[in-house]
Amino acid sequence: QKVSVEVLDHLEHLALVDFRDSEGVERLQKAIQFADQLHEVNTDGVEPMDSVLEDRWCLYLREDDVTEGNCTKDLMENAREKVEEYFVAPPGNIPLPKLEERDTFLQGS
Amino acid sequence: MAARGCGGVWRRARQRGAGGPGPGPFPRGQRAVACNAKGGAVPAGKSGLAPWIPVVGLEIHAQISSNSKLFSGSQVQFAAPPNSLVSFFDASLPGTLPVLNKRCVEAAVMTGLALNCSINKKSLFDRKHYFYADLPAGYQITQQRVPIAVNGSLSYSLCIDNKMSQMVTKTVRIKQIQLEQDSGKSLHDDTRSQTLVDLNRAGVGLMEVVMEPDMCCGEEAAAAVRELQLVLQTLGSSQAVMAEGQLRVDANVSVHHPGEPYGVRTEVKNINSIRFLAKAVDYEIQRQIEELENGGTILNETRAFDSKLGCTVPMRDKEGKQDYRFMPEPNLPPLILYDAKSLPANMNHQQVINIDWIYERLPDLPSVKREKLVEQYGILPEHSFTLLNEDGLAEFFESVVKQTQMKPRKVIGWILNDLLSYLKQHSLTVKESPVSSCLLADLLNLLEKKEISSSAAKQVLAELWKGEGKTPLEIVKEQKLELLQDQKELEQICQAVIDGQENEVIMMVPG
Repeated sequence: QKVSVEVLDHLEHLALVDFRDSEGVERLQKAIQFADQLHEVNTDGVEPMDSVLEDRWCLYLREDDVTEGNCTKDLMENAREKVEEYFVAPPGNIPLPKLEERDTFLQGS
Repeated sequence: MAARGCGGVWRRARQRGAGGPGPGPFPRGQRAVACNAKGGAVPAGKSGLAPWIPVVGLEIHAQISSNSKLFSGSQVQFAAPPNSLVSFFDASLPGTLPVLNKRCVEAAVMTGLALNCSINKKSLFDRKHYFYADLPAGYQITQQRVPIAVNGSLSYSLCIDNKMSQMVTKTVRIKQIQLEQDSGKSLHDDTRSQTLVDLNRAGVGLMEVVMEPDMCCGEEAAAAVRELQLVLQTLGSSQAVMAEGQLRVDANVSVHHPGEPYGVRTEVKNINSIRFLAKAVDYEIQRQIEELENGGTILNETRAFDSKLGCTVPMRDKEGKQDYRFMPEPNLPPLILYDAKSLPANMNHQQVINIDWIYERLPDLPSVKREKLVEQYGILPEHSFTLLNEDGLAEFFESVVKQTQMKPRKVIGWILNDLLSYLKQHSLTVKESPVSSCLLADLLNLLEKKEISSSAAKQVLAELWKGEGKTPLEIVKEQKLELLQDQKELEQICQAVIDGQENEVIMMVPG
């Protein structure tokens, strides 16, 4: 089963990935096929595993002390644009244009 | 205060007249909506149309009261210089990992216990993905599969028929409580077409409390949230101040005919106070009824409440329905909680959270406090509501009662009528009262000992409000308000009055 263009378009919108060309899509197909092998195992009545360490993987509980922060300068260093110690972003999310309106190889499919 | 409750008939939404646009489906001034105090639909009346049952559910986000954030050690504080309370993890810089704050877990357990929930001894963390500038990681860590607490309940009270004297108790089921991260804050600068992002709030711990759709109108929703607010403040798990964004409420509203399945629901956001919550819910119910009765349909959409216009408007969502692609948080193992029975023998004590230990130390919840006040002091239930509704008022009342011989049932009148109305008039909190419990007790003692009359006492109180440091006794002496106790002196005065009114007395005596 091939992954439909609708699903590929949906994925591009959700994850902002660009499958770029048929090779990219093919790679996705192969990845899905590989993962589908999991369905061959009957897991009825088996609790999902969180970690191979099982109950030896303990969640560490930190005391409620203030130990970090106060590093505005360091944080702002990587910001391309800033205004008085605020990060600057576009006014809202800029969604990927619809399939018909954008330049993607998926259109041809 | 316990909310004015529902009582009355669901009115069919009025047809809009030809003249002028209105802000909503009904003219201003008319009481928004009403529903039967027993909950649910009431026969429609003259219009002959089938009645509507409104259904209201709530999603409440309460900021956890803690020193540091849920998964990092940066400080939690309202109003600090932008991006000064942000760690590398909060900014989602590569190579950082979440470390769970014990206090946040304890706050969630306390809240779950206070709301009669089952605490899940094993709960899990998940990632909820969406893109937004104030969510640097591109996902929020939450508890979608197995939250920390489930299946609780919260009881709250309403007054029916606008009379404080008749109160009815309702219960809303709590579906679950989950721990999750708060996002940063976006400040929209429309003039420069940009958004300014402050991550101080990013990563602060939240408890999301999900209330089942057991409510049927704005007043019920408001009363439930008010009670939750009092519970959280009593526990100390959240300060729950809506004005500071520590308590945020989203309402899910739908309507349907009796016997039919639930209608399409809308989500209403941007509600900034309990008062606006009631307005927003009632508006949305009425809007949906009007829409459906006019042959329209309800879209499953998110709407924002516009407090200025008193209506809900669609939130433009260019991206369509969100797909959050939930996945287990790979960096956090399950959260394991213990109780007295399951306490592990050989674990570091600091690493163990014991549900029973927390349960034993829960303070008296508001409902219990009210019962105790009524029982101990013989005041009315509605009095106990008012006492608990004002921060510090119950303590003030008890302090006065301790220092005076006047019966609590009489003291309460002075507290609720005189003290509280004065404070309200001048927008003061109990803590800011110029009249201390001591001074009020002194005054009430004078009254109780019959050294002054009731009207004189009110005069003294008016003088005390000025906060000039005078004692009640000083004011009484200054204004000569003492009641005459001397029998002889009283007789002399009466005689003088009679002598002065001889004619009237002669006319009265035979008759």
